[in-house]
Amino acid sequence: MGGKRSKVAGMQQQAARVQSNIKIAPDVFIISFRRPYDFKAGQVIGLTTSGKIEPRLYSIASGEQDEVIEILYNIKSDGLLTPQLASLTAGSTIYVTEPFGEFLGTLEPSFCLASGTGIAPFRSMFRSGYGEKTTLIHGGRFRESFYFQDEFAGPGYIRCISGEKLDGAFQGRLTLYLNQLDKLPPDYKYYICGSAEMVVDVRDILIKKGIAFNQIMAEIYF
Amino acid sequence: MENLFGKTLEELKTVVNELGLPAYTAKQIADWLYKKHISSIDDMTNLSKDAREKLNTSYQLGLTPHSKVQASVDGTRKYLYPTTNNNFIETAYIPEESRATLCVSSQVGCKMGCLFCMTGKQGFQANLSTGEIVNQIKSLPEFDKLTNIVYMGMGEPFDNLRQVMNSLDILTSNWGFAMSPKRITVSTIGIVPAMKEFLENSECHLAVSLHTPFDSERRELMPIQNVYSLFDVLSEIKSWDFGRQRRISFEYIMFKGFNDSNKHVKEMARVLDGIKCRVNLIKFHPIPGTPLLGSDEETMESFKNALSAKGITTTVRRSRGEDIYAACGLLSTKELIKKDDKDY
Repeated sequence: MGGKRSKVAGMQQQAARVQSNIKIAPDVFIISFRRPYDFKAGQVIGLTTSGKIEPRLYSIASGEQDEVIEILYNIKSDGLLTPQLASLTAGSTIYVTEPFGEFLGTLEPSFCLASGTGIAPFRSMFRSGYGEKTTLIHGGRFRESFYFQDEFAGPGYIRCISGEKLDGAFQGRLTLYLNQLDKLPPDYKYYICGSAEMVVDVRDILIKKGIAFNQIMAEIYF
Repeated sequence: MENLFGKTLEELKTVVNELGLPAYTAKQIADWLYKKHISSIDDMTNLSKDAREKLNTSYQLGLTPHSKVQASVDGTRKYLYPTTNNNFIETAYIPEESRATLCVSSQVGCKMGCLFCMTGKQGFQANLSTGEIVNQIKSLPEFDKLTNIVYMGMGEPFDNLRQVMNSLDILTSNWGFAMSPKRITVSTIGIVPAMKEFLENSECHLAVSLHTPFDSERRELMPIQNVYSLFDVLSEIKSWDFGRQRRISFEYIMFKGFNDSNKHVKEMARVLDGIKCRVNLIKFHPIPGTPLLGSDEETMESFKNALSAKGITTTVRRSRGEDIYAACGLLSTKELIKKDDKDY
């Protein structure tokens, strides 16, 4: 372990000034701030509005070379932090930790499977040049659930919509889409990001379809 | 109506203050809640009639009996407790010759998604309140026989830190159950900031789910490794002195051909160097659809001996309650979940 330094133990925070805080769907926002640190696509940061609220972890949604860090978040009605976060405007101060985490982009052929705001780390990977050999499958209930869809548009981008009809999208849940596939390439990497239930459901399907569990990487919101 | 059960002494002081009752009433209520057996606020007979009436207008006692029990051939009993929003949790009572341990839950479901765990398969439904955590203990039919509490049931305790810390306060304070912290172990997957806060503010024992000393393998088993790596977890633990007062143990489920080799013994000795600890080897209880197999008893014994030879205190934990799905990693209330709309 010599030489390595743990970044998370103290979760030291640094002030950052909000550049924008834009509502992109009902209860879903993107907050951006000039980046105080370099990071790797797929990493998380801790973020809070004051010392009184413990920082929550969010995947960085912007690219490694972007000038700002962007965070995609949705408002938790019973939460302490996100309602406050949603009220911030340009010029407000937030507090962020150093980036950390090992859910990192790959240049290898891969499938990225996301639900809801779980698209964030994949957007960072795509903007950082890790998307060329990737098939991105995003599950959502409504048409406004497909955040950043204009950036992803192409043959390797599949939307699975379960709550309404949408031209060009697969009608049904992401899990249904996966179950309907004849086979999946066993030598690809499989990245999953979403709620706990989504991650375990999708992982079970992948394993059932013959994907070795050491080919599967998961990031769960918590 | 709000529950009184599960409130800390500080919270009870706020309650009596808001009701205009004498300050000492808070301590009297705590006595009734945590040191005696009562079934209603009216049973708090040393409170004035006026105080009981005021309490009854806004509060209820808040104890909830179990709704189902299953008994194992080995004496283990698994209790099902209802919680808010029509959720359920399981609690395992494990009697042995010299002690009786209760394995309590801290969440309905779990967000951690470990590959080997049945609780993880149901996803996450809710955090338990302090009262719902402590209720598993107080409402247990064998309450008077309990000697040890382990937070190793459903959920990740440090993902519900506030309520878990409040429950530990109630269990260990003189105004509460007055249990020795040496009788209580909190188990974690390794959420580092919360673990640090626990170590700063509690004297209870800590157990950490390790399962392999190699980062890449741990990532395959436990998604948390992508966020809080084993290195981060052990770095934090090494900054604390685990002497006589507090024990640190590492939980290690043994998977055939995955984490049971000599290479793992060597790496365990390397990463745990400098930590006064115990390693608990646990038999894997297969769950549906798992790609993992459990190591056989002979391999587990050899692994234990090899670790012991490296100077690491190692035990093989006896499997209990397997026939009623009460053993390690098997608790689940998935069948009782009302299906909500999914976002995927």
